[in-house]
Amino acid sequence: MRRRGAGHGWGWWLPQIALLLALAGLVLVVARTVSDNMERQDMVLSLGFLRSTAEFPIAESFLAYAPGDTIAWAFVVGLGNSIALTLLIIVLSTMAGVPVALARHSGHMLARTLAGGFVDLVRNVPLVVQLLFWYGVILMAFPPARAAAQPLPGLFLTNRGITVTTVGITGTALPMIATVMGGLTLTLVAAWRGRLHQASLYTLGTIVAGSVLWVVLDLGLARDVPHFDRFNFSGGLTLTPEFVAVVWGSVIYASAFAAEILRSGLDGVPRGQWEASRALGLSKRQSLRLVIVPQALRMIVPPMNSQFITILKNSTLALVVGYPDLNFVANTAINHTGQGLEGVAILMLVFFTLASAISLAMNRLNARVQRAGA
Amino acid sequence: MRRLAPFVVLAALLAGGCDIGASHKTHGRLTPHTLEAVRARGYVRCGASKEAPGFSGPDESGRWRGLDVDTCRAIAVAALGDREKVRFVPLTGQQRITALQTGEIDVLPRTTTWTLRRDAAGINFTIPTYYDYTAFMVRRKVGVHDLAGLRGASACVQSGSMTEVILADVSRKYRLALRPVIFDNVQSTRQAFLSGRCDALITDASALAALRATLPGRADDYVIVRADSNVAPLTPAVRHGDDQWFDIVKFAIEAMIDAEQLGIGRGNVDRLLASTDPNVRRFLGVEPGNGRALGISDDFAYQIVRQIGNYGEVYDDNLGSRSRLNIPRGLNRLQRDGGLMLPIGFY
Repeated sequence: MRRRGAGHGWGWWLPQIALLLALAGLVLVVARTVSDNMERQDMVLSLGFLRSTAEFPIAESFLAYAPGDTIAWAFVVGLGNSIALTLLIIVLSTMAGVPVALARHSGHMLARTLAGGFVDLVRNVPLVVQLLFWYGVILMAFPPARAAAQPLPGLFLTNRGITVTTVGITGTALPMIATVMGGLTLTLVAAWRGRLHQASLYTLGTIVAGSVLWVVLDLGLARDVPHFDRFNFSGGLTLTPEFVAVVWGSVIYASAFAAEILRSGLDGVPRGQWEASRALGLSKRQSLRLVIVPQALRMIVPPMNSQFITILKNSTLALVVGYPDLNFVANTAINHTGQGLEGVAILMLVFFTLASAISLAMNRLNARVQRAGA
Repeated sequence: MRRLAPFVVLAALLAGGCDIGASHKTHGRLTPHTLEAVRARGYVRCGASKEAPGFSGPDESGRWRGLDVDTCRAIAVAALGDREKVRFVPLTGQQRITALQTGEIDVLPRTTTWTLRRDAAGINFTIPTYYDYTAFMVRRKVGVHDLAGLRGASACVQSGSMTEVILADVSRKYRLALRPVIFDNVQSTRQAFLSGRCDALITDASALAALRATLPGRADDYVIVRADSNVAPLTPAVRHGDDQWFDIVKFAIEAMIDAEQLGIGRGNVDRLLASTDPNVRRFLGVEPGNGRALGISDDFAYQIVRQIGNYGEVYDDNLGSRSRLNIPRGLNRLQRDGGLMLPIGFY
């Protein structure tokens, strides 16, 4: 094959060069306008503000934060919230999409109609509206904190959030936790490589080692039961309405799209494949697992890539229900420091990087499923 | 930083897209002579807010009302002699300072607190028209009377304001372990408080009083607890670089304060034209000189009092006894009555 561009005459090169020059000119004009405007407003482009103190509060976070930390750390805390949110929504919505897709695919009329109605309803209402619905209409209608509903012992539903009793380990648990985590990692790696036998051995080993360490280290369990103070519940674990609304709302929304992607993957496998596997004497479940799914995956993984990136980007809607994701924190930081250009640049860079990471992971997964059985 | 360059440019494109266009358009207007520009245009452009009851906002018939609105009208009277020669540009909290910097408005009287960073950001603050403070509003039945009673409470707060910093500061200072619930706009923050998501709502005391006045039920269903001893001077601001306009705005505001000090009001201003008190005669322009010094009409203070009123009257109309907000004068009394409103000599 001939390299592109090689051996072309001026007729080919001239438009290319002209386009490049025009593009460079546009960038220059924009950059000059920006710097002129900034100069007129006495603004200076600098990342120094990241080292100054963040005086503002962040409502909740996975990483520890307190006013008085640096602006840079506030960004990291917001990023932690965004990543946790995105992973949670990706995993839960994909899992929730499976039964919906299977229902849409089933011969059962009621299941098919219900699943179809769910997908239509959820896909056709904007996510912002759904988030506001779950937050403002459903979660805010929960009883006030003093009159908490208690559907199960130790589980409290209020308009301040969902509070549950937690169980914690007492004693020096670190060696045990490290062992179990290590075992789980080995299991996952083995499973990923397709060595299922080895993986099950690792699982068994992890259980045995964990139990032995439990006895040796003399560990125990303690319950942390929530109790009502003057204003709010203390103890236990509280999921705030803001967090619940953004996770629940986004999972519902994304699951409808996931279901459609899964269904189109299943539908994309030719009917003949079902008939052929039945002819080989495979049961319906066996044909699904051995013949249909591996082929469907090839059609599912590429659209799932954009689905996951969309979930990442939609996580910035968390701000409408008051959940402090990276976007929210960045906006607050911009407001307090006046460093709008830098803040927005950081936001764009971070989301670009995260989306690229998702693409990279999905492309590797795609390479695997395309190879498998090909 | 170099690697960031494309993103910075891209970000600028997105974030400043409208801004760039606007400032190109307004480039010619950014002359240092605001008064000339205002006269040529025939009206003053004022920054305003649509949802600041008592300060700024259209009433049922669409007429703008409020303390900030009357301040604007006073400036229009000083510059053009007519309180109607003014247009209001509704702005959000985030747009307001940029709008002034880029020349979209001539003056910004939009409940903006005078702070060092803002003053340093290319604008000049004139004379405070209202002294506010930050406070928590709590339902009376909760039984909170002071800050200590708020320990462990959750508080709804709007992001992007000094209020969230004050919330964090108060919580740290008194170890109150307050739980902030933060929203990016006024409506969501209020709604969350009203639906019971939070025990307290924290914002400017004047805004709390305004909210309380619009809620169903009795006004004393809610208690307002002061958050700290700081005073927030809400101060109209002008652009850097036009000292004449800076002075005109200052003395349009001072005219209302001085009038109250001198006992001149809407009811007696015409009668007092015949006064023998030299202070009153100078103030009303009977003995000329003040207006000319500023480059405007000599009877500007007389016109401001006649068309709008003195500070006390304007306060009572919009925030005090004649309004449904009914906020006590407090810090906003004249200095001689124990407040912070300081009359500056009209000599």
